Amino acid sequence: MDLPKDLKYAKTHEWVRINGKTATLGITAFAVEQLRDLVYLDLPKIGATVKQGEPFGEIESVKAVSDLVAPMSGIVTKVNAELADHLDHLNSDPYGNGWMLEVALGDPQEAVGLLDAAAYEKHAAAEHH
Amino acid sequence: MKRTPLFEEHQKLGARMIPFGGWEMPVWYTSIVDEHVSVRNQAGLFDLSHMGRLRVTGPRTLDFLQYLVTSDLVELPVGGCKYGLFCAEDGGILDDVLIYKGFDYGFVVVNAANLEGDLAWMRRWAGRFDVTIEDQSPTLAMIAAQGPNALGVVQALASKMDLLSMKYYTFVEGEIDKVKAIVSRTGYTGEDGFELYVDASKARKLWNTLLLTGRSKGMVPAGLGARDTLRLEAAMALYGHEITRATNPLEAGLAWAVSFDKGDFLGREALARAKEEGISRRLVGLEVEKRVPRQGYAVSKEAKTVGEVTSGTQSPLTKKNIAMAYVAAGQEAIGNALAVQVRTETVGAVVVKLPFYKRAREKTKRIS
Repeated sequence: MDLPKDLKYAKTHEWVRINGKTATLGITAFAVEQLRDLVYLDLPKIGATVKQGEPFGEIESVKAVSDLVAPMSGIVTKVNAELADHLDHLNSDPYGNGWMLEVALGDPQEAVGLLDAAAYEKHAAAEHH
Repeated sequence: MKRTPLFEEHQKLGARMIPFGGWEMPVWYTSIVDEHVSVRNQAGLFDLSHMGRLRVTGPRTLDFLQYLVTSDLVELPVGGCKYGLFCAEDGGILDDVLIYKGFDYGFVVVNAANLEGDLAWMRRWAGRFDVTIEDQSPTLAMIAAQGPNALGVVQALASKMDLLSMKYYTFVEGEIDKVKAIVSRTGYTGEDGFELYVDASKARKLWNTLLLTGRSKGMVPAGLGARDTLRLEAAMALYGHEITRATNPLEAGLAWAVSFDKGDFLGREALARAKEEGISRRLVGLEVEKRVPRQGYAVSKEAKTVGEVTSGTQSPLTKKNIAMAYVAAGQEAIGNALAVQVRTETVGAVVVKLPFYKRAREKTKRIS
């Protein structure tokens, strides 16, 4: 796995790039790989509140619908509105063009509960078995 | 969980495995969409060894099968295959099956998840007809080659057989790659193709030989994910979705597989009554706006629930969101505007003609 070292990861396969009191987030290449055949993405609107561990949107493959789970809490300040029409960005650049939301963090301390790249890699590998 | 004789081949191919009907089966190797498109345009190879395969023997085999399935097998020639349903006395569907009429035997292919129930059901009536039922599922492997190029690939390994002249829904006993096989021109994809039954011990070699032979013709291994989207585009019923213990063949649009003229069969009385009384719901095709419909989603008309989705996907071919659904009688007209409740969102839907996909006839004739 080619995981950026500067990101934090949730066990539910979202990544978060923390920059002071704001954070950008998306889903990992592993998640995209597991979902395959993406057909639909639903993201919240600017101003929506997201809560760590709770669904903030939906992503859908040919086979199933999955919740997107917020890795941290906050208020949505930017949404990658193009992404729903360019789901291929999730395949080609999940940590860049494939970003989903920018969030004004409610509590930056929540990051303590997230995984670093090495720990996430182990977690994902175990899930893949 | 049970594994087919090809399990290790799937692993070698990097398949994503899922539980299905008590089996550990490949859902995709590379991607459902890619495999789907390959089957439509070239060819795909499926491991279907999880399906139940039962051999029925005894002088009254035909009488026995006539009593158990809804379709009429009398006119079916030896070497013919016919689709039918096992119904309970109340007309509810126990399984959908494919019957092969051999010279002195019947061969019945059933759904993996229903095998135990089907066996018990068949054995319950076997005594009356003095037939013997042998469960060949563990000893026979089942491989399907589907798609316009399947004919060329299978023919290349069957020098003694003339597959081109085989009619759809017929079978022969012969040799594929020098291995004894039952070869039927059948499938569940809406494409031309063949289903092959060989001794389980020969399955791995045949699978690999087919893939190697098929490579230049664009044949890829295809998983249950593509099998599901292919059969849905072709509007073929799937047990547990369009057909269940609680549905009857008439509402499922399977009246063509029920013969009321053939004499008595299990479920006949109840189905005749249902036909007379008229059916309260119909299976229809839907095209849905914006979201992908899924099994269990409610279908409504002017905010009133009138039905439920049984299967849905985004068509890999047209990218339209398609579904099969039961709707109340009176709502089945083509063009009827309905709505589907997709999670928290209500989206528009319209009744469309089934199937969503029908192959062009000349496609079946491509041999090289």
